[in-house]
Amino acid sequence: MAKLKSVGELDALRKTITGKKDPKKTVITVCNGTGCQAFGSKNILAAFQEAIKKQKLESKVAVKPIGCPGFCERGTLVTIKPKDIFYQRVRPKDVPEILTETIGKGNIVERLLYTDRATNQKVTDESDVPFYKRQMRLIIGNNGLIDPTVIEDYLAVGGYAALAKALKMTPEKIIDEVKKSGLRGRGGAGFPTGNKWESTRKARGKIKYVICNADEGDPGAFMDRSLVEGNPHSVLEGMIIGAYAIGSHEGYIYIRNEYPLAVRNMTIALEQAKAHGLLGRNILGSGFNFNVQIKRGGGAFVCGESTALMASLEGKVGEPRAKYIHTSEQGLWGRPSNLNNVETWANVPLIINKGAAWYSKIGTKNSKGTKIFALVGNIVNTGLVEVPMGTTLREIVYDIGGGIPKGRKFKAVQTGGPSGGMIPESLLDLPVDFDELTKAGSMMGSGGMIVMDEKTCMVDMARYYTTFLEGESCGKCLPCREGLRQMRYILDGITEGRGKKGDIELLEELSAMMVDASLCQLGQSAPNPVMSSIRHFRDEYEAHIKDKKCPAGVCKMGRSK
Amino acid sequence: MSPKEQKAKVKQVLEKHRHDKSRLVDVLQDIQAAIGYLTKDALQQASQGLDVPLSRVYSVATFFKAFSLTPRGRHVINVCMGTACHVRGSDKVLESIEKKLKIKRGSTTKDLKFTLETVNCVGACALGPMVIIGEDYHGEMTPEGIVPVLEQYK
Repeated sequence: MAKLKSVGELDALRKTITGKKDPKKTVITVCNGTGCQAFGSKNILAAFQEAIKKQKLESKVAVKPIGCPGFCERGTLVTIKPKDIFYQRVRPKDVPEILTETIGKGNIVERLLYTDRATNQKVTDESDVPFYKRQMRLIIGNNGLIDPTVIEDYLAVGGYAALAKALKMTPEKIIDEVKKSGLRGRGGAGFPTGNKWESTRKARGKIKYVICNADEGDPGAFMDRSLVEGNPHSVLEGMIIGAYAIGSHEGYIYIRNEYPLAVRNMTIALEQAKAHGLLGRNILGSGFNFNVQIKRGGGAFVCGESTALMASLEGKVGEPRAKYIHTSEQGLWGRPSNLNNVETWANVPLIINKGAAWYSKIGTKNSKGTKIFALVGNIVNTGLVEVPMGTTLREIVYDIGGGIPKGRKFKAVQTGGPSGGMIPESLLDLPVDFDELTKAGSMMGSGGMIVMDEKTCMVDMARYYTTFLEGESCGKCLPCREGLRQMRYILDGITEGRGKKGDIELLEELSAMMVDASLCQLGQSAPNPVMSSIRHFRDEYEAHIKDKKCPAGVCKMGRSK
Repeated sequence: MSPKEQKAKVKQVLEKHRHDKSRLVDVLQDIQAAIGYLTKDALQQASQGLDVPLSRVYSVATFFKAFSLTPRGRHVINVCMGTACHVRGSDKVLESIEKKLKIKRGSTTKDLKFTLETVNCVGACALGPMVIIGEDYHGEMTPEGIVPVLEQYK
């Protein structure tokens, strides 16, 4: 591939790619994300490829591995385009039947169709599946259309058009557009992205860095994994635009070690972008230079915190520092650094392409755009859900998620990862945005949403999160290190039937101390699960302490350790 | 692998990263992949090769979960303890493995066949409880179901 030297050459290449595509050709897409790989999607891909070769169908049918479209519960997902026939729970043994029946004769294999639980009707068309129908898939939607390892696929859906547009704008105009869009950081804190970019641009120093935080450490959250795995170029495009706006020539992508496929696909994306002249020296003939490196994490939750992440990038222990001076002024190697989360970067091309006015119409007053949630736990449809900000929890849990399985009752939903809070049924009509969740004692976090049914014990969940955070506390500051340990001792006691009067009050006191005195956000938000479960489920704590009973029947009361 | 071979492997890793001290985490990761775990000699070699104090190499090697300072089994078992797996009963699956292999989490069987670890979410939450052995993902595990799976590994 010769390097593209101008925007005109990019447009010409895009035309060639789309012109070559035969819209009538049958394409079988097979989800090849981590979730579906666990179901054996690689064998399905191989089976299709082999059968097509054997039956000499190469000119009529193509097989395409795609990134995660989000409906993990029904994996492996297979869609036959252009008719958009949607097959779910496909196993390798189903492959010959799909080929002879659907591809050969045009018949539908009923057994593999999705059944709408509400109407008990079989659904043929992918877009009619209720799980997808009620979503607004602006960011994750392309995952289902492209092979993440093929840059031509990304270009065919309009990829790098935003970069071409941005390179003709002034950096100030881009920052202004991002500010006007109302985009807020998707990593959890919800800081306005445009403002962050502006302060990094204005910060003193010639060398500046942009960083992509793909250290998705929240257990139960996998939106960032799916984006990096399924559409790495969209994240990269956002970073290149951001770097141009900020005036940075060097970038880092920090990816969790537990996501080998994400590392692989992003590495391929970087090489392709370089080969096409979209990354490196003189990008698209604009005179702008930008390079990106991938760094793998080492398996530490605290490295999702910006200063800890930067320490880890420098080859040090991932401990955070106090932020009297913002990282936008002194970050990586003491130089101005702008760090954004994967999903934030992936929103940038959309804003540049469609404009701030269009983007800011989606969402609520102070939270714009869409948000991807990982809906997991005791829920019928586990998967990734992208909805406009302001959608209620009830819509997400019941209309999209399909409610609670086994006919059980809903008890709580936990948002914001291990340091988020638990939200009871009475607050299910809460519109989900940054401010409303904070008001309810939880937070947006990166977008994990864990649903719990009546068989879940809230004290046990508080103990689970506290134990997790105790293990992940880096130990640098005392309030977090000791506070979590003491809270876990008390919670162990309560869940083992050794709870005593005054324990709840002591937990509350420790929580307040940690919020005030911890060094970083990990410690400051760590008491959230304990505080919110006491606030909304105090009766369960009391049953454990006074009656030595676990109402949900989870805790083995009286078990000694 | 003989100590001499190990030394050569570590040397290769250091050269691949151009003795760049900022790549310490990546260097340790590649050393572990090459020789199985981080030996005392390897840590010393990395310290000299990158010109980083041994104390700092040691602190990084013990801070991150991905590193092991003791030999690891041929098959590394990772039981996902993420929230989605937890609410679906992953702790009982872990208990079952501990009982079957007669080891606790974080340790290795005497015959160096299995190392048992836990991991906080691999992002395959629809299939919880999730057990990963080597590079194979085993989803929807139960305390009973994991036993025949373990027996597949030689």
